[in-house]
This record gives sequence, C-alpha cells and structure tokens, in this order.
Amino acid sequence: MGNSRWPFVTAGLGLALLVWGSVWGLFYAPREVYMGDVQRIMYVHVPTAWNAMLVLTFAFACAVLSLLRGGWGWDARLEAAVEGGVVLSALLCTQGSIWARPTWGVWWDWDPRLTTTAVLLFAFAGILALRGFVDDPVKRAVWTAVAVVIAYVDVPLVYFSVRWWNSLHQLQSTPETVSRAFHWPLRINAFGVLFLMIGLVELRARLAWQRRAAESAPPLPSGVAVATGRL
Amino acid sequence: MERTRARDAGRGAGRERSRLSGFLAALRKDLLLQWRTRAQFVAVFVFGATALLLFSFAIGPDAAALRQHSAGFLWLGLLLSSTLALADSFESEVQHRALEGLLLLPADPRALYYGKALANVLQLTVLGVGLVPVIVVLYDAFTARIPALLAIIVLGAAGLSAPGTLYSAMTAQMRARNTLLPLLLFPLVVPALLAAVKSTSLLILGDPMGQLTSWVALLVAFDAVYWSLCGLVFERVVED
Amino acid sequence: MATLAVETRGLSRRYGRRWALADVSLEVPAGSVTMLAGRNGSGKSTLLRVLATALRPDHGEALVLGHDIRRSRDAVRRKVALLAHQSFLYEALTARENLQVAASFLGRDAEGALLDRVGLGTRADDPVASFSAGMRKRLSLARVLLQQAELVLLDEPYGELDPPGFALLDGVIGELRQRGATVVMATHLVDRGRLLCDRALLLEEGRLAWSGPAREMPAEAPGGSVHA
Repeated sequence: MGNSRWPFVTAGLGLALLVWGSVWGLFYAPREVYMGDVQRIMYVHVPTAWNAMLVLTFAFACAVLSLLRGGWGWDARLEAAVEGGVVLSALLCTQGSIWARPTWGVWWDWDPRLTTTAVLLFAFAGILALRGFVDDPVKRAVWTAVAVVIAYVDVPLVYFSVRWWNSLHQLQSTPETVSRAFHWPLRINAFGVLFLMIGLVELRARLAWQRRAAESAPPLPSGVAVATGRL
Repeated sequence: MERTRARDAGRGAGRERSRLSGFLAALRKDLLLQWRTRAQFVAVFVFGATALLLFSFAIGPDAAALRQHSAGFLWLGLLLSSTLALADSFESEVQHRALEGLLLLPADPRALYYGKALANVLQLTVLGVGLVPVIVVLYDAFTARIPALLAIIVLGAAGLSAPGTLYSAMTAQMRARNTLLPLLLFPLVVPALLAAVKSTSLLILGDPMGQLTSWVALLVAFDAVYWSLCGLVFERVVED
Repeated sequence: MATLAVETRGLSRRYGRRWALADVSLEVPAGSVTMLAGRNGSGKSTLLRVLATALRPDHGEALVLGHDIRRSRDAVRRKVALLAHQSFLYEALTARENLQVAASFLGRDAEGALLDRVGLGTRADDPVASFSAGMRKRLSLARVLLQQAELVLLDEPYGELDPPGFALLDGVIGELRQRGATVVMATHLVDRGRLLCDRALLLEEGRLAWSGPAREMPAEAPGGSVHA
C-alpha cells in the first residue's frame, strides 16, 4: 500500500471544510422559524448520514472485491471502512438523541432512518468483534467479508421493516424532514466529512496493511516467494 | 472435441442429479443427528418456556398487557432459544472434523448447507409450535387461524435458520462462539423478527386493516434473499 | 511406464509466522507405498492435508493423480482418501450409521462386511461416543476403505491401535498395494516402515530433508525410531 502524503492533505482539507461549514451553519446561518436553534444540528447530522451510508457502501465493495480477488489490500480497506462506518453510525445516533431530547422530550424517537442506523451500528460493531476473535488472517479476511456482504444486503430490509413498524404511530420527524436548510453550510460540511473520511480511512487501511504484513510469516529463506498472502 | 462436449453434457446432467442426492444425503444425516440428540432439544425447549415465564414477570400480572405483547414474547423466546439450537447443530460437525470429512469425499458444500439449514428450520418450527400452548396459557393469547400461524412460524424459523446456520458454521470454528453467534445474528434478523412479531400479533389481536399480507410478504422476501445468499457463500466459510 | 501419483513443486504453507511446509518438491511413484517420516511438527500432517486438498498451499503446485490440487479439487477428492488424526466421525451416530452417511455421499451402499473387516462387527450398532480411541481408528479405516481411493494417505495410522490392529493395518496396506493403489503413510515407526514401504521421505521443519528407498532410510532418523 502506498506511502504518499495525499491522505493527510485530504483529511486536512476535509477538516478545514468541516470547521468552516460548521461554524457557518451553527452560528451564522439564519435561524429556523419553527424549530429554532436546535435545528442547526442538521448541518452536521445530514453530512454525517450521507457519509455513513457512503463508507458502508465502500465497505461492501471492498468485501466483494476481497472475496473475488483476494490479497491484503482489500481486506485492510475493509477493516478501515467498517471502523469508519461504526464511528459515523455512533455519531448519527448521538446526534439524533441530541436533537430528539429538546424536541420531543425523549432521547430516542424511533425514527426509521435512525433506528436502521442503530441496527447497522450493532451489526457492524459485531463484525469488528468477529475480527478480534479470529486468529488466522486468511480466515479473518474471508469471514468478515462474508459478514459485511450479508449485513449490507440487510440494510433495505431493515429500513422497510422499521418504517412499516413505525408508521402505525405518528411519523416522527427528524432534523432532516422538518425544514429546508440553508444549502451552503450543508454542502460544505458534506464535502468536509467526505474528505476527512477518505483521508482517515486510507490512513487506517495502511495501518491494517502494516499489521497484516507484521503478523504474516517472513519470506521463505530460499527466496521462493514473498509473503503477499493469498485468499 | 465432440467427445469432450458430450462428456461435459453428461457430466452436467450427472452433476444435477448428484447435487439433489447430495442434498438429500445431507438432510437425512442432519435429521438423524437431531433425532439422536433430542434430549438436548428438550432442554432448549424448556429454556424457551422458562424465558416466556420470565417475560411475564417483567410485565406483571396484567392480563391485557400480556396478551397485547404475547406475539413479541413468543418470538423473543424463540430467538433466544434458536441461538442454543443453532450452536448445537454444528457442535457435532466440528468435534472430530466430521464436516471436513464429508467435504473431502467430496460432498457439495451447498448441499451440506441446505440440508443443515432445512433441518434447523424443522427444529425451530417444532420449537415454535411447542411454545404456542405456553403463550396460550400464560398470556391468554389464542388464534383460531391455525394454518396461518403455522405458516408464519415456518417462515420465521426459515428467516432465523438461513443466516443462523451460516454463522453457526463460522463461529463453531472459533473461540467465544457462544457470544459471537447471537452478536452477529440478532441485528441481522431484525426485519424477520419484526415481520414475524407483527404477523403473529395480527393473528392474535385481529387484523382490521388487512396488513397481514404485507408483513408476510416482507418475511418471504427476507427468506428468499438469505436462503440464496447464504447458500452461495457457505463454501467460503467452511473451506480453507 | 512409471507414472507419478504425486508430484509437487515448491509446496509451501504457513501457520501464523511459521512455515509448516517450506518449498517442498517431491515425487511419489504410482502404485508404491511411501513412508513419510519426521519429528513432531515437521510438517507431515500438513503435507498430507494439502495433498488431500483439505488445506490450500500458500505457494507452489502439486499434481495428485494428474489433477491440479488448486484447480481440480473435486477430481482429486474423488480419488484420494485421508486417514487423519481427527476421526471425521459423528459421536451421536453408531458405527454403521457413520459409514452409511459417508456412503450416501459417495453414491453407493455401505457393505456391512466392511465393519467385520476392521473388527467392529460386534459393535456396529453402538454409538461412537462409547468407542475407545483404537476402535475409532478402526472405524475411520473402514471409512477410508469405503472410498475405494487410488491414493490413500495415512497420518500416523498405527497410533492408538493394539497389536491385532497393527496386523489389520499391515494387511490393509498389502491389499491396497495389490489393488494397485498408492499409499503414503506418515509414521514414527521407522523400522516398520522400512519393512513395509518401498520409498521414504523425510521432513525436517517443513522441508524435504531426504528421499530414497525405504530400506536406505537413515538409521538416526530424527523422527525417533520406535522399534515395533
């Protein structure tokens, strides 16, 4: 895996955009008429939601490629993407609670999207736990790739089941459905989180790659092969 | 070239026949194993019934509330019991590497998966059906639509069995297997759980708005997706 | 016309940081009985498992009975039988049922005579859970015979067997040789191997240290000669 500095640049750029967009949205954007300042969380919540779905889709792609092509590269990216997905999902649930408490008086409002996110959080956290308990690196890579594919395919099913389940009650609103946001801070933050995640996922993947190389056997003394691994 | 093509065509037909016979051989093997270990199954059933009893203690002796939630309790009890039953189903396969022995004969991994998964559906169905009298007694939850209830139990059991058999095969080969199987399975089967609970609830409490078919359709969709997907990937999970 | 039952080139397999098999290139002539000797942990079991396609090699190639172990795994499995340390048995089933299960996947019937052949005729309908280690070995041997394989891989078959079991195994190896099958037997019993086998291979830390006629096998074999 590469050694260049581009992830640092990308992450740095992302962080800068995120700070700019957040300050703008949280402090300077026009106040929303009905909801007030609480609605401002949308400037962080929506970008997080988009990127959570993006990084988990990327994880799915890595899983498929890991199963079809093999090699440590896709497995390392998979590990990074799943961790990123877990972090963003946890953030989403936290943001959702921060919004729900002052708005509805409860910490959790069973909104379909947020509930799906919670289920995803547990599913992918479980996959990280799975990784921790498998010693053989090859098996670990194959099994987690299989688990990610299976969990990802579940996403639409979970979403629809929770939505129907919840539709019997009043459809709770979320920061997203309530009002139209002022576009610019939202877009800036979206790209901010995107670049930040791309940089961080690449760095985390490099770390995973190095760990894999360290735990693999050294090359055969006869120089027959380099331990690039096989899947 | 002609001979090769003819031979490959014959081989293709032979492969279909052998796939079916492989599946039947696997199913027979798994049913026999289940019959032989039926004492363990009784213990799992008792566990499920005890769980149902504990749920009612959590709610309190409120007959209306108990009846309201009876469907949820039934499926939660079944879900918890299923982790025990599913884990047991691969115990015998890894103890002396029996599954590997079959793969080396050779046996088609897909046939082995579907045989085991179908046997697990049967076992979970029997478990579910066995727990129904328990909820009738404890929660006063009754429905006259017996065939529909049976169909939902079968479909729900199928939803638990497909990914459950796959993950059981995986976790049986690792340490911390008893924790990892439910950890991986529970978030995954949320759609099937919701659909099964709603469907059962509609049967017990009534279905004025005719929602039953939509929930059953969701359950069928979940089963279709996972019975095909898990069969496809099973080989990667059990082969080196 | 000397054909090769097994031909490997640069076969390697690792466990974690250790190479269990390192760059193993060997040949096994068809119809021969070959002894595979070596210390504990020298890679004998790994080699047999790789040849049986239970494990995939990390590097290198092997042709077993003309089939590539990576590309034609099922073809190899159809012609090879492995007697491993693990018995491949189901504890809850009887001896007869275990054979019937294997037979059903092979597409044939399990002849009851097979159990008599290995000395389990009187215990055919007892669950394997009640069997001693030696009896399980005999049942696993029956399972191997059921497969009617062209290449039979035996991993320390004499372990757990009693003296009558030794005689049974010697007889089975003789029959396999007569039938024209190839046998590769990993064993610590080097002296016995010298008598029974045509050729010998010696593994040391995953590498092929010596190969040649069995009776010329070095006396100071690090596998430890157990006089039997």
